[in-house]
Amino acid sequence: MIARAVRYLDERVGTSPAIKKALRYVFPDHWSFLLGEIALYAFVVLVGTGVFLTFWYEPSTAHVTYHGQYEPLQGLSMSKAYESVVDISFAVPAGLLIRQTHHWAADVFVVAIVLHLVRVFFTGAFRKPRDVNYYVGVTMLALAVLEGYLGYSMVDDLLSGMGLAIGYSVAMSLPVVGGPLAFLLWGGEYPGASSFLTRLLVVHVLIIPVALGLLIAVHLATIVRQHHSQFPGPGRTERNTVGTPLWPGYALRSIGLLLAVASVLVLLGGLIQINPIWEWGPYATFQSTNGAQPDWYLGWLIGALRLMPPWELHFGDVTLIPATFWGGALFPLAVFAFLYSWPALERRLTGDRRRHDLLERPRDNPVRTAVGAAFATWVFVAFVAGSTDRVFVQLGIAYTGQVWFWRVFGWIAPFAIFWLVKRVCEELKRTEAHPLRGWSGAIAELGRGGDSAGYTAVEQSRESPGSRVGRRGDPPPPPGA
Amino acid sequence: MTEDESRRVVAEGRRAEALVSALLVLASLCAAAFVVLYVVHDDTQLLGLALGLTFACLAVAAIVAGKRIVPQETAVEERDRLLRPQEVEEVDAIVREGGEGISRRKLLTSAAVAAGLSAGAALVVPAASLGPSIGDRVRETPWSTGRRLVDRQGRRYRPDDIEIGTFYTALAEGANPNDLGSSLVVVRLPEEQIHLPADRRTWAPQGILAFSKICPHAGCAISLYRYPLYQPTSERPALTCPCHYSTFDPATGGKLLFGPAGRALPQLPLMVDRDGYLAARRDFPEGIGPSWLRIERNPPGESQ
Repeated sequence: MIARAVRYLDERVGTSPAIKKALRYVFPDHWSFLLGEIALYAFVVLVGTGVFLTFWYEPSTAHVTYHGQYEPLQGLSMSKAYESVVDISFAVPAGLLIRQTHHWAADVFVVAIVLHLVRVFFTGAFRKPRDVNYYVGVTMLALAVLEGYLGYSMVDDLLSGMGLAIGYSVAMSLPVVGGPLAFLLWGGEYPGASSFLTRLLVVHVLIIPVALGLLIAVHLATIVRQHHSQFPGPGRTERNTVGTPLWPGYALRSIGLLLAVASVLVLLGGLIQINPIWEWGPYATFQSTNGAQPDWYLGWLIGALRLMPPWELHFGDVTLIPATFWGGALFPLAVFAFLYSWPALERRLTGDRRRHDLLERPRDNPVRTAVGAAFATWVFVAFVAGSTDRVFVQLGIAYTGQVWFWRVFGWIAPFAIFWLVKRVCEELKRTEAHPLRGWSGAIAELGRGGDSAGYTAVEQSRESPGSRVGRRGDPPPPPGA
Repeated sequence: MTEDESRRVVAEGRRAEALVSALLVLASLCAAAFVVLYVVHDDTQLLGLALGLTFACLAVAAIVAGKRIVPQETAVEERDRLLRPQEVEEVDAIVREGGEGISRRKLLTSAAVAAGLSAGAALVVPAASLGPSIGDRVRETPWSTGRRLVDRQGRRYRPDDIEIGTFYTALAEGANPNDLGSSLVVVRLPEEQIHLPADRRTWAPQGILAFSKICPHAGCAISLYRYPLYQPTSERPALTCPCHYSTFDPATGGKLLFGPAGRALPQLPLMVDRDGYLAARRDFPEGIGPSWLRIERNPPGESQ
């Protein structure tokens, strides 16, 4: 049966060599390699649930009076778009499950991409020849964040309206081009033309998903062409890949991961409420709610907007740079500029232009690890500052005091982290200790009388850098080797 | 060494086979439960549980099968060489050969670039249909002399409706409530606490002040009002935007007290009309809504 199918294809498209190669394609085993796969599988769930939602969503700003199943909203005036999503939640069988699964999947999608980026960055996986694929990945991160923002903006509930108002203001704040650009995007002054939700829909369900799909295809094709990178280990060189072939072991395990991701997302969607839009109510420009928090992947932007002092740049009568620009536009531009420019920057700093297929551990490159940690700290401080209002409500710590603290801390902490991480990396590199794997040395004898020279730590598991073995997931050393 | 590295171990996993079979049966049961629930009792939690457990059983089954049942293999694959200098040269030569015999290379290239750019521009221009030109539209608000303030139900406000210690949302009578220029936040302060600039003395009849409800920072609606519960120690009254907590001082005409907004909160001059309703004395003297290149600030004659 199998032979007949393969023969059928081979006679017509000549696929056998490719299939043979694909079945024997080798995947190196390391848990951190699964982060990208999780993002891929979350995308699969997003597409599936998203198609379902598209069948009911109506991108219409036309006003209707609600007479649906949810009592507290009875008789309220709202847009058709909002009504259609309330109906998905209450009137469509399994609609709420699918909607919540979609929302959870979006959050997990971006988490997985960010963690994957962290892995790629700190192991030097972005070096030649993978720098091209790294740029593709960073682009997908930007698209994923935008896609999530557009998705929850389409609902036209109170929170999504507030998010759109901020987006419009940030667009307006762009120097010189801001006003005309915002008018183009929104079709007029905020809240925009009646066609605005249709525009969001087209971008959210067609343009960005297709772009993501194409970039995923390029990302995977490039990986296949170059083969996976791998951590150093016995038998692993810059010229080969050691691991599990696709068929049968890896295929089954990867399908298992797809199903596991789907399982977690459906369980989250079924059991843990997310974005209960019927509680926020429909949006009007003159309404807002306190305690508004965006989805997590926009926390860094709301934090940056809150942290910035009221600085504006004027030139005569014109407001060259409005205050919203710094936190809403310049900050994300700077973050992505750093991400895009790092591979070239590191090449220039180190002068290393060789091809690298073996990964580095974070400690192997203390400067890169320290720069990355400092950069992450800078962004993370803004992210934390996005919840200052919640901290005030929950813990009663004065809001203004918190903002001042983060304003200062956000510029000091990266330097402190840089110094600290660099020191730790250098120390770990020197001692070859494994802080996450418990104590691996033995204390011999502590001399009497507090003689410091009498203290010797004998590290029994100390290895020379060339023969690092025993990382979990590594194949055991071959017999007789 | 690479020879040694490749290993194939055929597992004999009787127990694993039994486990996987059991998981597959369980998955079918959960899936069946999902279908039954969908028909008889459409409950989000139970549906999620049934479908989630279906996937969970299948996931564990696939992973156990991949790790315990099928042959375990560690293989070594050589990487392809990526850079082949000879082929690079050949490609370069093929591309070049295509241009053999062209003498006016520069002319052709510039003409092609010009054609490409203009055709590109022609294709991009229709994007301008997406929105109107910004012109003066942002400046327009529904307010003009005598325009009355109404609440969400369209009822006109009288000065007595506005009490000290809370805030009111007001809209321009007859205007689209979603128009950014329409909505106001209205508060009343004891008159001795109001310290408006000299040219705004007449703007707050009976201590009633009206401001644009749209935050000049990022366009959210101002919907928090801090009013001192205990005058001697509490902080002064303030209007706050819940998005980024720009905080404005109604007593001084909307000046920024804290936060990221680059401008004061625009104040609408109020009056009490002949019929005793609150109305606009005239339009906002400055631009409302989020700041942009040509937002009007400190209008002539209104500077403080």
